[in-house]
Amino acid sequence: MKFGVVVFPGSNCDDDMIFALRDVLGQPAVKLWHKSHDLEGCDFIVLPGGFSYGDYLRSGAIARFSPIMNEVIAHAQKGGYVMGICNGFQILTESGLLPGALLRNTNRQYICKNVYLKPVTADSLLTRGLDVHKAYQIPIAHGEGRYYAPHHLLDEIKDNDQILFKYCDQSGAVTEEANPNGAVENIAGICNARRNVFGMMPHPERACHPMLGNTDGYELLASIIIEKVLL
Amino acid sequence: MEALPTVETARKLGLLPEEFEQICQILGRTPNFTELSIYSVMWSEHCSYKNSIVWLKTLPKDSPKMLAKAGEENAGIVDLGDGLACAFKIESHNHPSAVEPYQGAATGVGGINRDIFTMGARPIAQLNSLRFGNLNTDRTKWLVKGVVKGIGDYGNAFGVPTVGGEVYFDDCYEINPLVNAFSAGILKTDKIARAISYGAGNPVFIVGSATGKDGIHGATFASEDISEKSTEKLPAVQVGDPFQEKLLLEATLEIIETGCVIGIQDMGAAGIICSTSEMSAKGKHGMNVWLDRVPTRQPNMKPFEILLSESQERMLVVVEKGKEDIIQRIFDKWDLHCVQIGEVIEGERLYFYMNGELVADVPAESLVLGGEAPQYHREYREPAYYQEYKKFDINSVPDIVPEQIGEVGRFLIAHPNICSRRWIYEQYDRMVGTANVGSVTPSDAAVVNVKGTDKNIVITVDCNGRYVKADPETGCAIAVAESARNVVCSGGEPVAITNNLNFGNPYVPEVYWQFVGSIKGMKKACERFGTPVTGGNVSFYNQSTPKSGDGGVDYAVFPTPTIGMLGILEGWQNRMTLHFKQAGDLIYLIGEAKNDIASSEYLYSFRGVKASPAPAFDLETEYHLQQAVAAVIKAKLVQSAHDVSDGGLWTALTESALHGKLGYDIKVPVNSGIRLDAYLFGESQSRVVVSVSPDKAAAFEAMLTAHNTPFSKLGNVRADGKLNVNGATVLTVGEARELYEGTLPKYLN
Repeated sequence: MKFGVVVFPGSNCDDDMIFALRDVLGQPAVKLWHKSHDLEGCDFIVLPGGFSYGDYLRSGAIARFSPIMNEVIAHAQKGGYVMGICNGFQILTESGLLPGALLRNTNRQYICKNVYLKPVTADSLLTRGLDVHKAYQIPIAHGEGRYYAPHHLLDEIKDNDQILFKYCDQSGAVTEEANPNGAVENIAGICNARRNVFGMMPHPERACHPMLGNTDGYELLASIIIEKVLL
Repeated sequence: MEALPTVETARKLGLLPEEFEQICQILGRTPNFTELSIYSVMWSEHCSYKNSIVWLKTLPKDSPKMLAKAGEENAGIVDLGDGLACAFKIESHNHPSAVEPYQGAATGVGGINRDIFTMGARPIAQLNSLRFGNLNTDRTKWLVKGVVKGIGDYGNAFGVPTVGGEVYFDDCYEINPLVNAFSAGILKTDKIARAISYGAGNPVFIVGSATGKDGIHGATFASEDISEKSTEKLPAVQVGDPFQEKLLLEATLEIIETGCVIGIQDMGAAGIICSTSEMSAKGKHGMNVWLDRVPTRQPNMKPFEILLSESQERMLVVVEKGKEDIIQRIFDKWDLHCVQIGEVIEGERLYFYMNGELVADVPAESLVLGGEAPQYHREYREPAYYQEYKKFDINSVPDIVPEQIGEVGRFLIAHPNICSRRWIYEQYDRMVGTANVGSVTPSDAAVVNVKGTDKNIVITVDCNGRYVKADPETGCAIAVAESARNVVCSGGEPVAITNNLNFGNPYVPEVYWQFVGSIKGMKKACERFGTPVTGGNVSFYNQSTPKSGDGGVDYAVFPTPTIGMLGILEGWQNRMTLHFKQAGDLIYLIGEAKNDIASSEYLYSFRGVKASPAPAFDLETEYHLQQAVAAVIKAKLVQSAHDVSDGGLWTALTESALHGKLGYDIKVPVNSGIRLDAYLFGESQSRVVVSVSPDKAAAFEAMLTAHNTPFSKLGNVRADGKLNVNGATVLTVGEARELYEGTLPKYLN
């Protein structure tokens, strides 16, 4: 699988994602400049974390209009894989590739900490290698990460089994205390109904190497490339 | 034709009459207002170090690892081997942060990072050192919230992790908070960019943001010609834009990589005039500069405003003639301004033009430090309090009884100066760059990997201003020693320091005495540890009511010479962490307990005794202790290491227990001649708490004995989370956690 990591001018997790995909997972991965119209034959597009165009307006609100996003949207509509992490997730909701929105954290502060995630479904490229009974420790780092969707939309998301991850405690219990940002129903990550577009606020690439003291994120990313579905 | 300024104008701009006289002599005529403004900022303390340089020159500058020494470039450069080097520096933004904490702190972060990447280094880690007044006051809460948000918003968007720091509260910082920002970056030794200009005909570019009226020193610009109506509009604090800074970072590193850049300097204090004059003086050339070509944010800016503006996110670049297109293309790619505003000329004069008219003509050398900028030997005098503090007698304070251990212990771990900094650091992105080795498990210093190598930088900022006030020489030596101890306890080898010298008004002789003593102490300690001073920043006038004569010193902040230390560690696996790992492990104290409570948080805050000398400290003892600690860590004989500092042994033990939710059993020796309060809560220096697995205990003890280093077995790690002293449970680790974590949220949420 060839990965393409989109670089917006204010992206700051692009190198980290390349490190995770290329150096840790050993996959071919290239950077795709935001002014480009060429996905360079990539199978799997990643929108990394950062502050795409400064994000002084609303995170991701401007990025959705960048040249490369036309191609990313077309790629997704053809069934190609797209994943947004943090700012990438915000851009995906802004561009309508994923349902819902990401609002200001309830405490109105930027939060950077290690949290725990429980995979809600094993039926996705991102979670198929994971244990749905396990809590994975993955860091978050965002000011606008409170996932929100109105009732009818939330029902639809649940009916379609689109919730990928919920914030939980160390034992895997999904509790209010374990919800760092006020996300509706502790939602940390989702996919689209077609299951080819993924978005999550936590950063698996920050937990992918023993040097970082945490390899839980490796399991998430490795799930994308495993040959057989481990179920 | 405007009237020429007088000595009175000069005085209003902050210049002394004799300095005005000197300027007239240099120019051979009376300067016009623009020229006088130029001298006033270039000869200000901030740019010229006129009141500190004679003492700064006494500090050690050299070691085999130094590639750029103090004063040579924007920041010091330390050789990491294999063609890589680390540029690092600390800088203050105290005064802006006191007025507008959010922008003040944010632009402090922006400024220090520009100092690093203007040298061609990509910043990989930031620290900050903060001082505030009483946490009970609304002003302090407003300052803390604003400063933390400012640092976070800027650093988080810029994309460089904030991996550590310190914060300290005392009434002396109520009016004058201190905000010191540190950054470290990595560069290739064959791609070091210099702040220099030469080669007649080479074009001079301004790149980055447009120039506005922000950051011009409004208060000093009242003059007959520039009337109140203009000065009133000049905001004194700059506004930061981390997105522009991120673009500028990437574009700057790209142009340096091309090899077409002759010289480059960021625009910090004193803007265009500072970078044009410093680069020209260093390269022994002059410049023609056309100020009307500078992109501005508003029309009709005056020449002095364009010259002095401290608008953020700008650089001055001198490019090899004929290579303009290469540079232009890179800035186009990043959608940044890149405008030629001048050219390099023979001779060492700077000519500034506005719409064809020559508005200033000054020799570059006359403006800069090391050139003709003034250097003063200031008067200093020992303040009366110094001898008073020394009279402190431990017997004037009753010892605690064993039943009081819990009361004092609770008080200390919940004290704002000791408690958890989580409320602050969770607002900082500590992990971007995926190189922070310590984001899950803590160490005394931050350890950050140089990506793609086995090398790691080990960095820390430290200073206890209370110790420095009590005894500047000893207190500042302790600040160096503690930062080295933190590096060593994390597995690193100390290699160099940067300093941020925060003091009161240098014209108060008692304040200047604190400054001189601090420099003497820093010199001794840096020489002993082999850690040269690579540069830094002096911030005077951190003083609320500048009174002259006796008593002036009482209105100054604690003398706070913050030390930012760089260490090196080969192999991230060799990092040492501070927390207990395993029940049953033995706990040792390396170093010697002393019957000393001087300047401790216990004495100062719990007992309310403000007058005492610095804690017991001996430089040789400290050096040998660190050698021994480094040896047992290198030999893999210890499971954890944590230095004993603020809050004493009790605090070090409890902090070691917190992360792993473990407990401990320790025994206080009886009839040792050391009081119970001194043993548990005293802050005598040169002590480290370690835990050792039982099968390594014999080898551990043998190695320390061979090093001639005193140690004592304190007890062992418990599984059940009880914190026991002499068999009695003082607290559980859960209770300790609540106290430790509860304080800052209680005040700040």
